[in-house]
Amino acid sequence: MANSIQILKKGITENNPVLIQALGMCPALATTTSAINGLGMGVATMSVLVMSNVVISMIRKLVPAKIRIPIFIIIIAGFVTMIDLLMHGFTYELWKTLGIFIPLIVVNCVILGRAEAFASKNPVIPSILDGLGIGIGFLLVLTALGAVREVFGNGTVFGFTLWGDAFNVFVIILPPGAFITLGLMAGLLNWISISRQEAAKLKEKAKKEQTAKKEGQS
Amino acid sequence: MRIFVIFLSAILVNNFVLQRFLGICPFLGVSKKVETALGMSMAVIFVMVLASVITWFLNSLLEAMGLGFLRTIVFILIIATLVQFVEIFLKKSAPALYEALGIFLPLITTNCAILGLALINIQYQYTLLETVFHAAGAGLGFGLALVLFAGIREQLEFADIPKPFQGLASALITAGILSMAFMGFSGMIRV
Repeated sequence: MANSIQILKKGITENNPVLIQALGMCPALATTTSAINGLGMGVATMSVLVMSNVVISMIRKLVPAKIRIPIFIIIIAGFVTMIDLLMHGFTYELWKTLGIFIPLIVVNCVILGRAEAFASKNPVIPSILDGLGIGIGFLLVLTALGAVREVFGNGTVFGFTLWGDAFNVFVIILPPGAFITLGLMAGLLNWISISRQEAAKLKEKAKKEQTAKKEGQS
Repeated sequence: MRIFVIFLSAILVNNFVLQRFLGICPFLGVSKKVETALGMSMAVIFVMVLASVITWFLNSLLEAMGLGFLRTIVFILIIATLVQFVEIFLKKSAPALYEALGIFLPLITTNCAILGLALINIQYQYTLLETVFHAAGAGLGFGLALVLFAGIREQLEFADIPKPFQGLASALITAGILSMAFMGFSGMIRV
């Protein structure tokens, strides 16, 4: 149980596909003009990732090592086609705004990367958890990026008006804004992890000094 | 005239990397040196034109058979096979070119710019000639962005960047500024 929570958590934090591994950048930058679009893309990618992880982990012992990549790609492409048709049927507006980035989930390196690194080596249940963890990590970054861009570029979040057109930075919604916002997010995350590491180091140092003192006294 | 507009707008106005966000992985991955960036661009232009022509014919075939929904699966398989064939062919017949492009070819299969280009060609219902020029333009645009970006990054190596922003963060912000510069072209052509 503790192990499965660990797998889930790893995908969101230390293995985060976008901010740490820098995979799947194209959809992360292109589809995050609003929080809803980011969320939609995140959910679509996560569904494909979980389903392909399940199937690949089920057939992992039957697949010859030499032709595994084409086989994985066909499985992934099958699921992507399913999602594409489902979204066309049920969420037509979203399907139209996401455009070619739905079929392009096939070449999202996150999915093939997880198939290769995790699902092809582990049983089904951990593979589902891994897919969910990485998928949620991807989804959270996309939604956050979409929300930030929507707030500063359009004055709304999830369609609710915050301050309307009062003070918008229009460029944030445009393509350059995607690069700059994600860059700032990555920088912020690095800054947090660096300052945490330094705090941990200081604590250790203090501890060592204390123990040294104690030993000196005794 | 229409062909020229398509060609130019694919290079500058609708630049594949900076405006459409296709092919970001190689854009960030192989842009540390101008030399490798040039090699990668050559390989991409080559495969883009070839893949576009083949997928154009295949799409007509699929449409004629009423199998449009198989497009994604067929296209990705064709692109993967094509890249393999090109690699084998170049190795045998043009070893010098293979030496230059060799390591970049396998990377191209997972480059979303190729599949994206094939899908955009279909979306805009280009004719075969338009497809060829659109592909060449897209490839050149990708190369232009990649080489420019590599040039900037070579200079950035010597800059004193705050620690949290080293690596990915500064690369992304640089790309953002480059993208802003390319937005200046957007008034040029109305497509």
